[in-house]
Amino acid sequence: MLLISSVKESIEAVKILPCKCVSCHNVNLRVNFSMIFHHFGKYVLLLRKVFKRPEKWKIYSKEIFHEMNEIGIGSLGLIVIISTFIGAVMTLQIAFQLVSDLIPPTVIGQINRDSNILELGPTISALVLMGKVGSAISSQIGSMRVTEQIDALEIMGINAPGYLILPKVVAGAVMVPALVIIAIFCAITGGLIGGSLSGAVAPSDYIQGIQGGFNGFTVAVALVKAFVFGFIITSVPAYMGFYVRGGALEVGQAGTKAVVIGCISILVSDYLITALML
Amino acid sequence: MIEIQNINKSFGENHVLKGIDAIFEPGKVSLIIGGSGSGKSTLLKCIVGLHEPEEGKVFFSKEEFTGMDFEQRVPIRRDIGMLFQNSALFDSMTVEQNIVFALDMFTDLSKKEKIERANFCLERVNLKDKNKLYPAELSGGMKKRVGIARAISMNPKYLFCDEPNSGLDPATSILIDELIQELTEEYQCTTIVVTHDMNSVMGIGEYILFLYKGEKFWEGSNEEMLRSDVQELNDFVFASPLMKAARTTIK
Repeated sequence: MLLISSVKESIEAVKILPCKCVSCHNVNLRVNFSMIFHHFGKYVLLLRKVFKRPEKWKIYSKEIFHEMNEIGIGSLGLIVIISTFIGAVMTLQIAFQLVSDLIPPTVIGQINRDSNILELGPTISALVLMGKVGSAISSQIGSMRVTEQIDALEIMGINAPGYLILPKVVAGAVMVPALVIIAIFCAITGGLIGGSLSGAVAPSDYIQGIQGGFNGFTVAVALVKAFVFGFIITSVPAYMGFYVRGGALEVGQAGTKAVVIGCISILVSDYLITALML
Repeated sequence: MIEIQNINKSFGENHVLKGIDAIFEPGKVSLIIGGSGSGKSTLLKCIVGLHEPEEGKVFFSKEEFTGMDFEQRVPIRRDIGMLFQNSALFDSMTVEQNIVFALDMFTDLSKKEKIERANFCLERVNLKDKNKLYPAELSGGMKKRVGIARAISMNPKYLFCDEPNSGLDPATSILIDELIQELTEEYQCTTIVVTHDMNSVMGIGEYILFLYKGEKFWEGSNEEMLRSDVQELNDFVFASPLMKAARTTIK
């Protein structure tokens, strides 16, 4: 009896959870779990509006180049520094774990190359970009929402999701793969520098290692991941910002939520792509 | 002309607008007044399509606006100019870019023609030398004037102003009111202003719609308002000692 009553109490506790979205004033959702589907549905509907035909390509293309500069060039320094150090540390750790007369030192370069191409390059870069670019997108669109700038666009007859989000998504899908390629290059170079400076591996062994047994398909996997991550990094924060309601506090909260949800989405999609392609 | 019929809007359990009907004539400044939370801004947002009413219809020049989808609304929206409560200027753009934005998006004018149009609009609101400033560099009154300049850039047939005087000193408020009235007469546009500024009500209120607890409680001109016996209206309009004194003097 006690068990039944506690279960009833639990059900009562989660019975009605009002959604706080701008467009959902009347929706009372039954359980927390269904809220995930509710937001996913809204996200898909937003994307439908994002990919509507632009009012004027000239203005959109200008915005796309502007966003490419913001997302790509603006994050280049950070990506170079992080990936170079990751490559260097990876080399030292692989060398530390694989010290044996039976294992040739060229393996260090090989492992470093493959792990950077397949996992560290795309995923770490994406997580870093989610923090930097994602929170900026969410705050930018969120503050436009709370200061009625999005309403002003809609009043003018402009498709606000298209104008605000499409250039960011296109820029993300183009620039994140480019940044990932640079990250992979920096990580492999960082491994060479780190290994040589510490004496963990001879430069000639490392270079021989990174050249041996190379499978080009791993780069294709990395690029697919980078493309998907680029889409997530821009579209998820844009969704969070677009439907924010309230003021400065809610804009900040939306930025935090965007980064958390975006990072989880990146990790889930990372697993799915790896499982499907390898 | 804008006509609204039986507008009802709720947010959850809160029934904000209860069956509002009204006709707003072109060439006239129409005011929507009422206390805080009476549904003024919600009604304005229902008219321009930022909120969808649960019931009721909105007609722009006899064309039903409420039943249209986004694409169908675009031609009507190009005829709408709106001044927002906090101006809602695009803060990443200069004053000139804010005004030129709609022209860029919807016209094929040359760059020179667009700049000329922006200068004309800025001159109209007495801000000609402020083209290259960003919204953050402007005062509250200047932002409102840039908002008006942006609203008139496409020669609107319908002009909406959401509390144009909020946060402004009395002198600037009067300037903004005069500007709205002048532009309404000049463009012969249908102008709807949401306000609770009594100076505006007395100065430019040719048609006044008084909302009380989400219902249309009274309508008429500012002169009729002075002689009205509706208690709720009088409690709202003549709340301040100054207005009470003015009424006594007029009577």
